[in-house]
Amino acid sequence: MPNLNDILIMLPELYLVAAACLLLLLDAFMKPEQRSLLHWLSIAVVLVAIYLVISGQPEQPVRAFGGMFVRDGVAEILKTFALLCVALVFVYSRSYLADRKLYVGEFYTLMIFAVIGVMLLVSAGNLITVYLGLELLTLSSYALVALNRDSKLSSEAAVKYFVLGALASGMLLYGMSMVYGATATLDLATLHGAAAHTGVPNLLLFGMIFMIIGIGFKLGAAPFHMWIPDVYQGAPTAVTIFIGSAPKLAAFGMAYRLLEAGLGDLSAHWQQMLAALAVLSLAIGNLVAIVQTNLKRLLAYSTISHMGYLLLGLVNAGPEGYASALFYAISYALMGTAAFGVIMALARAGFECEEIDDLKGLNQRSPWMAFLMMLVMFSLAGVPPLFGFFAKFLVLQSAIHAGMLWLAIVGAVFAIIGLYYYLRVVKVMYFDAPVEGTEIKLQQDPALRLVLSLNALTLLVLGLAWGPLLGWCKSVFPG
Amino acid sequence: MITLSHFIVLGAVLFCIAVASLFINRKNVIVLLMSIELMLLAVNINFVAFSRFLGDVAGQVFVFFILTVAAAETAIGLAILVLLFRNRSTINIAEIDSMKG
Repeated sequence: MPNLNDILIMLPELYLVAAACLLLLLDAFMKPEQRSLLHWLSIAVVLVAIYLVISGQPEQPVRAFGGMFVRDGVAEILKTFALLCVALVFVYSRSYLADRKLYVGEFYTLMIFAVIGVMLLVSAGNLITVYLGLELLTLSSYALVALNRDSKLSSEAAVKYFVLGALASGMLLYGMSMVYGATATLDLATLHGAAAHTGVPNLLLFGMIFMIIGIGFKLGAAPFHMWIPDVYQGAPTAVTIFIGSAPKLAAFGMAYRLLEAGLGDLSAHWQQMLAALAVLSLAIGNLVAIVQTNLKRLLAYSTISHMGYLLLGLVNAGPEGYASALFYAISYALMGTAAFGVIMALARAGFECEEIDDLKGLNQRSPWMAFLMMLVMFSLAGVPPLFGFFAKFLVLQSAIHAGMLWLAIVGAVFAIIGLYYYLRVVKVMYFDAPVEGTEIKLQQDPALRLVLSLNALTLLVLGLAWGPLLGWCKSVFPG
Repeated sequence: MITLSHFIVLGAVLFCIAVASLFINRKNVIVLLMSIELMLLAVNINFVAFSRFLGDVAGQVFVFFILTVAAAETAIGLAILVLLFRNRSTINIAEIDSMKG
């Protein structure tokens, strides 16, 4: 029977569910002009959740509800950064949404429900919890992508996302059913033991392959990346920024729970598959990004290549590899929010600022925004001394330590190829003349400017002082 | 005598039909929703069969969760479909191609 202790372990999630329902009710009774109250309340709700996650963290991993829910260090760090990303998204998107008549309560509620899905997923101790957390996240995301109800692109992106996302869930479930058949358990900890005892029956391997396909879809790793570019381009930027940040942390958490906590003893089998996914993602992401003219689409292909780097860390299948992959996921989430944040700061009613050419001569019009964007682009490209460089360095190092030198070389070569398209954005901002008639007007929201500047400067600070964060990442994976 | 492998083969066949129809179908988004539903039901057959033959109820519990989530998923899918039809006046898959690259 669940007791009070179980409920206390799940307190941050339960609190967020209650708060999201209250916000929904509040929105129904509030006048539209009072919506900024809802905006600040939502941010406060998310910040309190971060406090609850960190302050209530137990020393040792604890399990609640008969092992369905696990609260450990990995879950804590992923939840903290996922919630932080959502808070950043709220701050950045206010004026963007207001300009497009999308400033509605559903945006905040759906976003909070999506992040509850992330939290359940990264804390899952059972295949049922993995599935429920994942579906809560993706169902909320489908609705968010279609938020702009009058946009053709938005609804088209939502349909594509929905169909491919449902296909991925089906694949994942089919894999889960096979794993269940081979081991007679849904509990990840029991599964870990059972997988070691049963040897490696074909049924288990078969199920594992389907589960990896599901994980690949959710990460957006090639060859399961088809939905990423269309969804990034079609969704409102306020939603794209979310899809590019917190769900990546969730996908890492899901891969860790299923592959390490569940099927850790089969690592010799899944390492090769992840290596293949990593090489394909690096190649497709970096090469196709070169020909893009749409900035959001370029960042979408860049996401695919970044997921390739994240997989380089997972391929290691040891504490060092997981720590570097976690570090990479966090760095990507912070860089993604900053990149889309700059796009939203430059966009205004009737102007999306989503073509690369829209940034022409940005340095003459708004030197500070151009500088922030340059920081983000250099960090994404992995130029020292920025955050992205150390993240890349660590995953390449862990791939070498796993005995896959060739994989690290492939990663380094594609990092150099990737440099080209990031530098092209910088070149357009600094060396091209601005196009007449397309004035850039910055959003006048002071909170947006302040937080965005902090977000981008963090990339520089963490690039110089990456020790504490890396120490935190390493401490959650005991050797 | 019907054995476990009969059920697993049935599940696999239904799953393959569903995935194939997702890729072959080029006409109608509603058919896609039907294939997705079929895919989840094929998984349910697997779970129920394993649960019965392994003598473990957890699999049947999972089926209830899948059925519930599938209903929510279809509801959202249909809502997006209505939106698509309002914006483009078509639900023909071949015409949903304004984003490329």
